[in-house]
Amino acid sequence: MLPIVLLSVFGIGLLFLGFMKSRAILLPATLLFLVVALAVNFIDWNKSYLYFNDMLRTNNLAMVFTAIILLSAFMVVALSSNFLNDESAQPAEYYAIILFSLVGAIMMVGFENLIMLFVGVEILSISMYVLTGSDKRNLRSNEAAMKYFLMGSFATGIMLFGMALLYGATGSFTIAGIGSYAAHPQVGLSLLLYVGLLMLLIGLLFKVSAAPFHFWTPDVYDGAPTIFTAFMSTVVKTAGFAALFRLLSVSFGGVYTFWWTILAIITALTLVAGNITAVYQNSFKRMMAYSSISHAGYLLIGLASLGTNTKQAIVFYSLAYSIATIAAFGVLLLVAQQRSSQTITSEGVITENFDSFNGLARQNPLLGVAMTVSMLSLAGIPLTAGFWGKFYMFSTAVERGQIWLLVVAVLMSAVGIYYYFRVIIAMYFRDGGNDPIQVAPFYRYVLVAATILTLGLGIAPGLLEGLF
Amino acid sequence: MLTLFLIFYPVVAATLILLIRGERIKQAALVAALVELAIAGAALVSFKPDASSQFGFDYAWIGSLGIRFSAGIDGISILLVLLTGLLVPFIILSTFNRSYKQPATFYALMLYMQAALMGVFTARDGFLFYLFFEAALIPIYFLAAMWGGENRIPVTFKFFVYTIFGSLFMLVALVYLYYQTPATLTAPHSAAIADFYKLKLTPEAQNWLFWAFFIAFAIKMPVFPFHTWQPDTYVESPTPATMLLAGIMLKMGVYGLIRFILPIVPLGVEAWGKTAIILSVIGIVYGSIIAIRQRDMKRLIAYSSFSHVGLMAAGVFSQTETGMQGALVQMLAHGINVVGMFFVADVIFSRTNTRQLDQLGGITQSTPKLTVFFMIMLLGSVALPLTNGFVGEFLLLHGVFTSNHYLGLAAGFTIIFGAVYMLRLFQKSMFGSTTSRTETFADLTSSESWVFIPLVVMVFWIGVYPNTFLELTQPAVVNLMKYIGTTAVSMK
Repeated sequence: MLPIVLLSVFGIGLLFLGFMKSRAILLPATLLFLVVALAVNFIDWNKSYLYFNDMLRTNNLAMVFTAIILLSAFMVVALSSNFLNDESAQPAEYYAIILFSLVGAIMMVGFENLIMLFVGVEILSISMYVLTGSDKRNLRSNEAAMKYFLMGSFATGIMLFGMALLYGATGSFTIAGIGSYAAHPQVGLSLLLYVGLLMLLIGLLFKVSAAPFHFWTPDVYDGAPTIFTAFMSTVVKTAGFAALFRLLSVSFGGVYTFWWTILAIITALTLVAGNITAVYQNSFKRMMAYSSISHAGYLLIGLASLGTNTKQAIVFYSLAYSIATIAAFGVLLLVAQQRSSQTITSEGVITENFDSFNGLARQNPLLGVAMTVSMLSLAGIPLTAGFWGKFYMFSTAVERGQIWLLVVAVLMSAVGIYYYFRVIIAMYFRDGGNDPIQVAPFYRYVLVAATILTLGLGIAPGLLEGLF
Repeated sequence: MLTLFLIFYPVVAATLILLIRGERIKQAALVAALVELAIAGAALVSFKPDASSQFGFDYAWIGSLGIRFSAGIDGISILLVLLTGLLVPFIILSTFNRSYKQPATFYALMLYMQAALMGVFTARDGFLFYLFFEAALIPIYFLAAMWGGENRIPVTFKFFVYTIFGSLFMLVALVYLYYQTPATLTAPHSAAIADFYKLKLTPEAQNWLFWAFFIAFAIKMPVFPFHTWQPDTYVESPTPATMLLAGIMLKMGVYGLIRFILPIVPLGVEAWGKTAIILSVIGIVYGSIIAIRQRDMKRLIAYSSFSHVGLMAAGVFSQTETGMQGALVQMLAHGINVVGMFFVADVIFSRTNTRQLDQLGGITQSTPKLTVFFMIMLLGSVALPLTNGFVGEFLLLHGVFTSNHYLGLAAGFTIIFGAVYMLRLFQKSMFGSTTSRTETFADLTSSESWVFIPLVVMVFWIGVYPNTFLELTQPAVVNLMKYIGTTAVSMK
């Protein structure tokens, strides 16, 4: 559990670094902190310990999820260099909040006690509310933060209510305790357990933006500064699914028959709502918001058909999804900043439409390739990591015999190809843009690394095998 | 090991072309493709005509899931490997008088495409097959959409989404089959196609598996009514991409029918095979009739290809040895003919800037070479005896006729209609009085002739002595038929 301690200390340290005149040190310092946290994360490898009076547990799975979260955060932070040039930005605070939010995410990954889950969710969420509204003078950013905060706190409230009911039913806050109570459904379980489980699920499904709890997502993702959208759509999602998996597999495996239909319906709804709505978007950023909803749907397949392969499927999928999403947002950041003549409308609002990508691949082949690979991966085309992610997910569904869910998912991935390819078409086959975009070194490293990782995992998906 | 070279050598060559980017990109690409042809030729020469899978290799790929990187060449693959190796160098040669922007990317994509096609035709693992099946789509999509005609973006996009949509059904079927294979705690499931053959599947499962596979392959070929992407895509794509599509890529569908549908779901074929033949025969007649009415040369050839492939599908579903043999030989023959025909259209277009038949005419007067080559390719297409088309179509028709007389009769229209639209094409473009566009028509250059010469050799070789090729495929086909006829039906 060293990462939690270290990240908290580092976060406070960063706040003090903010007093220094030079902002240039903040970015490398944050990256260094993340690397240290990632390294110490693996100290407990192959061991399983309980920490803080049985509140948290480390095991290989939790460490792998933590690693994915820290890796995503590292890549996002590396893309954030333009804060340093922005007069109105407060990078020290941003980076500190990012580190604090990671503490919450890691708690969600390794909780042993529902209280810890709640604390983790709250730390992560509140950090996100702040970061969403961090563009203080931008109306859309303010609106997004307000919406996110109101709806998010409502969802957390429901979640807390659910935990209370679970305690009422089982007399325990630990997931193992609840699990041993729920393991024998034939003796007749308290109704409170079912109600409590549902409310807890609603709270968590809200956080991962599953339909019908997804209505906040497009506005929040669209309004938040792009860099934080990238952070939200990867770290929060990974942590949320790690928490859901832990909860459902440890505590509620016994009452699978009760919740799987509900979850399967939510999965189908999420897939349909996310994919179909994404088709109608003109803004790339909004499309990515709906795409993140649809990917929540694919990840939910694994939970709705919980089985021996679910663990691997969720780990692989969230890794593939996170890398591809960060690369896509990285390219979007560059395009939105530097193609200002195309991206600013007459009212002075920056649009992130598909049109602003026109002709990009000809002027910046690197950006073109990075974006194409990430879109192919998100669309689940073979030879990319995303394909194997989908493959593992589909396998879990077949293993449980949920063919109809699979058919919905397959049809929706065909729909997905439509909107992901709009970017590729704009970049390669349409004309536009005059000057090549300047790509700062950090951006280049992140994009190249993301592309290599996506293709590498696509060609040799076995690399991750046997890790957990 | 030879198969490994066949698949990976073009990838390496293409990547080198992309990285080095010299002056002589065309020449480099041609040499690279000729080397690949030599490897394919070596495979052909040392291929032992029996039912076994040869030159194979087999590596654990995703060990815990039992998915293997396993490929090899058997009697069903060999002609398609030959076709892929043979056509690509001549397709590259056919571009020597054209200039495409970003040539390095253009030729690299063609070689990537070739690698993926080789993978499709040699894969012995279901998921590996799927992977190459999809991977082949990416280079051809970029080829068509970057260098295509005016309307290329929506047309190629339709093509792309349509075909991916189809293959996703196949993915579902493959995942399902994979989980039907036996697994123990130590040994995981298997995705080997040979293990799929051994499964005991219920009739209901076979029925829906049939459709899941059939839709994927029918879109690729295409079979009526899944053909709507095809004519536009063929017309809008640059000619080399059209040649790859019509010459090789549609064979992926026919190959899939033989490799997957017939042996894995024999009861599904029993229940729905007749429907599939009827759809194919509708496609034959419908495609021919539309071809007769076409004014655009490329579109006419596209519809003729649609009609021909219908006959191949019908022949496969007739489940007779002759039908199957015919399909295999006809795949080779059709690939050669259709590339030749599209090249004729390209030559005419490059000189006159039009493909409209009513703006052409009188070309024969100044072009003895083109006339002869055009005529030979055309006779091959209309299945005149002693040309390659005859062998394939005769066997196919025989197969369909044995399975059902009426359908055989209807499918026979392909020969009559084929003669009508092809001769009309020839007459309208080559004979008659010259128009303003064809007055100064120059005959073939030497590099253009060199595209035709090997194709013409192949037309006559297959037409006069088809046994060279039939002998290669026969043991594998007999084996497959025996398997379908006895083991599979009784076991499932």
